[in-house]
Amino acid sequence: MPITVNIPTILRPLTNNHKRIEIAGFNVLEAIEQMERQYPGVKEKLITDGKAHRFINIYVNDDDIRFVNGLSTSLRDGDSLTILPAVAGG
Amino acid sequence: MLTIHAKLVEAMVAQARKDHPIETCGVIAGPEGSNLPLRLIPMRNVACSETFFEFDPQQQLQVWRTMEARGEEPVVIYHSHTGTQAYPSRTDVKYATEPRSHYVIIPTDARHGEEIRSFRIADGMVTEERVRMLESYKTEWELAMVA
Repeated sequence: MPITVNIPTILRPLTNNHKRIEIAGFNVLEAIEQMERQYPGVKEKLITDGKAHRFINIYVNDDDIRFVNGLSTSLRDGDSLTILPAVAGG
Repeated sequence: MLTIHAKLVEAMVAQARKDHPIETCGVIAGPEGSNLPLRLIPMRNVACSETFFEFDPQQQLQVWRTMEARGEEPVVIYHSHTGTQAYPSRTDVKYATEPRSHYVIIPTDARHGEEIRSFRIADGMVTEERVRMLESYKTEWELAMVA
């Protein structure tokens, strides 16, 4: 069973408007790279200089990857990966 | 134009005044595609700042999941400006990622007026819109409203 990725509104123009896609990968970075191959442009929206953007929240199941292993957080079949831009401002 | 029940506006303003001088923030969900704000959810501002807000990421995940399960979307995303006018700041524009949402700003410093203002923010462009306040919704919507 692959990993399900929940795509936020802002990235849907890059994923043919799919809200949810299925992908393989042993960790978050691999999953994002796999997505990039299918939907070019996704990676740069999420990662700069090897790190997830400060104002992009990425969760594996219920866990914010900042509090696990960042982009190296491992994934198992059936996991869900959720991407949500932070809601922030001044 | 943002059409919104007066009770929801009162709830946003009360929350903003209570949190002043810290910026308050929250979301009002409504049925997808309806453009109708119904369910108000105050969010924790993890920045806990007078000049910045950020939804608590853990709370945001739960709230966004609930919205999806209920077929809702964030119709209104609101926050307060506690020392400046109710107009999107540069950071508001930079981090706005929901082109379909109404971005509502509540001023809590009387020198900058008392009216809430509403904006669309898309591709770095800010467009102010009229706010039409209603004293009542249709009965079935009133029953679904939480403020």
